[in-house]
Amino acid sequence: MLNGVVSRLQNAGGLLKANALVLTLTLSLFTAGAYAAESLPAPGSMPWWGWALALFVTCFFLGIVAVPSGVGGGVLFVPIVGGFFPFHLDFVRGAGLLVALASALAAGPSLLRGGLADLRLALPLAVLASASSIAGAMIGLAIPAALVQIALGGTILGIVVLMAMAKKSEFPEVAQPDRLSSVLSINGIYHDAASNQKINWQVHRTPQGLALFVGIGFLAGLFGMGAGWANVPVLNLLMGAPLKVSAGTSSFILTLVDSSAAWIYLNKGAVLAIIAVPSVIGMMLGATIGARLLHVLKASVVRKMVISLLLFAGLRALLKGLGIWI
Amino acid sequence: MSTIKKESFVSEEQLRYATWLSWGARSGLLILVLSFLAYVLGWLPARIPLEQMPNMWNLSSHEYLHQTGAPTGWQWLSLVGQGDFAGLLGIAWMSGCSLLCLLVVMPIYSRRRDWVFVVLCVIALLVQLLAASGILTAGH
Repeated sequence: MLNGVVSRLQNAGGLLKANALVLTLTLSLFTAGAYAAESLPAPGSMPWWGWALALFVTCFFLGIVAVPSGVGGGVLFVPIVGGFFPFHLDFVRGAGLLVALASALAAGPSLLRGGLADLRLALPLAVLASASSIAGAMIGLAIPAALVQIALGGTILGIVVLMAMAKKSEFPEVAQPDRLSSVLSINGIYHDAASNQKINWQVHRTPQGLALFVGIGFLAGLFGMGAGWANVPVLNLLMGAPLKVSAGTSSFILTLVDSSAAWIYLNKGAVLAIIAVPSVIGMMLGATIGARLLHVLKASVVRKMVISLLLFAGLRALLKGLGIWI
Repeated sequence: MSTIKKESFVSEEQLRYATWLSWGARSGLLILVLSFLAYVLGWLPARIPLEQMPNMWNLSSHEYLHQTGAPTGWQWLSLVGQGDFAGLLGIAWMSGCSLLCLLVVMPIYSRRRDWVFVVLCVIALLVQLLAASGILTAGH
């Protein structure tokens, strides 16, 4: 009995430590962000390696909180780095796409092998979203940066509302697949390790899902963000795919959508290795730690912190775009 | 729903896609890290010295290209011996590795006479190739 109490106390201690770590990280990001916004050195006053290191450390922390909060790193990267670092938004968006792409590529193979990402579900949606992401990237690089900042700020604030309000359904009820999904044979079975259950799934409202993915791809290309925040609700709540299949397929779809948009940024000279590579490596290392902390962190607490962080970054992007908070 | 022992429900084409994607992602990340190290450690000369980058990265991509004379499209490939462009190799590889994955699953769909998905793969390939080609242009 005593052993049980000690074990519980140790678990509670570990949980507290891990949550305290994430709280500290988030507060550090807030403080650093506010400080950077107020006292950003002139572009030439800090050496290149100082910025590269700061970017790496920021992305490492973002990677840690991105996994437990259930949002992709890209959605945190663009508003935070775009708002508080001296890089032009063109290069931030180019790097943001690569951050999201690298994370999706790293996760994609195991998700496909485990049946949590489904190729038949992903391909039709990814084709449309890839095409529209090209359009989004081209328009994003053609319009003034201040306009993109304002639209980015508005979109991030919209994501905050979506994250705060959206419900999730672990196993949505799909009584009857729609005609299009039947023709395309979009259905499957996966093994749910948590419940040791075989889950059969099918989808409905495929035409509406396809239409929404056109818009999602466009936003991904325009803002250089991964679009998991929008993919998952459409796949899960609209089309009725189980939550785990929605999250896995969403990540896999990003490997195609973000690569299309990334080519446009690369071909237009909007990708700088000195910004993109430290970001990708920092985010991937952070995400590895975040995935390990997943079991001890209280996801709801982390999620609330990330919502607050996004609210702050969204307001910053909006006010920066409007010229109120440069 | 039913309780089961773990078994695979994953299709042949999905497993093949996963295998190729895994190799593409790993090799891309390796190229990315090595080329970046060559860039920042000075193993390869940089076209724009790293010390000058803080004066450049706050410019829009259009102004940056104008001021540095950096190439657009695939012209960077001819400058890959320079550190700042070598860093783009891994990025291009990671962006392009899905092309191979789409190509290798097409024969499986063809063998099964799943023509709808053959066509979808072809369209996905064409979209990726169009994006990669560099023929789509826009600017500030």
